[in-house]
Amino acid sequence: MNPLAPIGRAFIAFMHGVGHFAVFAVQALSHCVRPPFYPRQILRQVIDIGYYSLPVVGMTTLFTGMVLAIQAYSGITDVGAEVAIPTIVVVAVTRELAPVLAGLMVAGRIGASMAAEIGTMRVTEQIDALNTLSTNPMKYLVVPRLIAGALMLPCLVLVGDVIGTFGGYLIGVYRLGFNASAYLSNTWDALETIGVISGLVKAAAFGFTIAVMGCYHGYTSRGGAQGVGAATTNAVVSASILILILNYVITELFFSR
Amino acid sequence: MTDPQATAAGRPAKIELRDVHKAFGSKHVLNGVDLTIAEGESVVVIGGSGTGKSVMMKCILGLLKPDAGSVHVDGRDTTHLSGSERDRLMRHFGMLFQGAALFDSLPVWQNVAFGLTQAKRLARAEAKDIALSKLAAVGLGPEVGELSPAELSGGMRKRVGLARAIATEPDIIFFDEPTTGLDPIMGDVINDLIVKCVRELGATALSITHDMASARKIADRIAMIYGGRIIWAGPVSEIDRSGNDYVDQFINGRAEGPIQMQIREG
Repeated sequence: MNPLAPIGRAFIAFMHGVGHFAVFAVQALSHCVRPPFYPRQILRQVIDIGYYSLPVVGMTTLFTGMVLAIQAYSGITDVGAEVAIPTIVVVAVTRELAPVLAGLMVAGRIGASMAAEIGTMRVTEQIDALNTLSTNPMKYLVVPRLIAGALMLPCLVLVGDVIGTFGGYLIGVYRLGFNASAYLSNTWDALETIGVISGLVKAAAFGFTIAVMGCYHGYTSRGGAQGVGAATTNAVVSASILILILNYVITELFFSR
Repeated sequence: MTDPQATAAGRPAKIELRDVHKAFGSKHVLNGVDLTIAEGESVVVIGGSGTGKSVMMKCILGLLKPDAGSVHVDGRDTTHLSGSERDRLMRHFGMLFQGAALFDSLPVWQNVAFGLTQAKRLARAEAKDIALSKLAAVGLGPEVGELSPAELSGGMRKRVGLARAIATEPDIIFFDEPTTGLDPIMGDVINDLIVKCVRELGATALSITHDMASARKIADRIAMIYGGRIIWAGPVSEIDRSGNDYVDQFINGRAEGPIQMQIREG
């Protein structure tokens, strides 16, 4: 047997998967702009993705902001710490930490539940039932999730920006004894539009990625409980990896000179 | 277009399959299925597990695309319909799935009203009234309407699935193994309901089952599928003297005969 055959087979299978996914994504996008729309479903997903992810995103960014302030302080000599720490915290949180950590946390929470829910609907014939009830499952199930994902992640990241910065403030003022008003004005001076905007663009891309991976893996799942389990894992892993790759690409686009 | 194969009663064909083939990889599931279902007729397709019954039904519904051959509904070739044209065609169809396939995220009444609110764009209040009357038609009270599908027993799920299938008053109804997983008494209750609902709507019905008691009760005509082909079709009264060894073996449930059970797949 040709020793290269298994490698070739794996590569073909991978490309087959990529092609299949591309077709799915293009179809889903084309359905995003064509009626009918299901506002009730969009609202449900907005609440699920946006509102119910607030505690997770809030906790993550709060503690990250706090840790960042402590680490920065331990690494910096006393000179200039009152300016450096608010700057480090607000720049790091708005540019990188809030979008990436919110994206990864939401990928675990929402990507998994989308894949599991749609996957279960697939294996229990509920998706076929939608078809027989003259309802396109792409429009009814997938489109609302994509729209809600791309819209709600930026909102979550905006909240995360504020809470993360506040975490740094808590440590700076109550642990390190900085002057509160000076901390705030230093934060304000360090805050840049491009940092916040790039963070929100990342968030929208991450939200879309999470939703499309969750829907794709759920939609194409096969073979009962085990298939749904595999779909859930694949959705979270692939969304997380894509988030990290996209983060690099978008950072290059915004900040490379 | 009227069909030359129109059945004994002289009624035009409602659904017609012509030489339908479907394979998954190297496994040929359908090998040229020909079947004509006349308007208002109830046809039951019998056959063992894995003989292609479900695949045939999914080909008619457009959930699977046949590799070759054609499917006609009301004389129109629907084999390659997709998108909104397919959605429009599906308004003529109702389907009771094997596991009922109720939407777990919606309460029972919204399940029944789904086709009314989504496809027919009825107001919620009006759709709810119709849904409750359909639930009553299958013997379920209005209090069931507020339950979640997860709270229902198997028999109740089938009834709700039936109510959902008839809610939009379709002219074609499909039943996928309607009695599978039910006790014999509940199975008979569902059979009676199916007969009653189909008759009241004057609908054309296609069922697939391997439960002969159910087939005898629901069918005007029975067709047997084996090896991906329809090997016998005739009125239900003739099933016991079909003269076909395969049919005889199947309806009498004998292990010995021309049909050899495939123990292993493929």
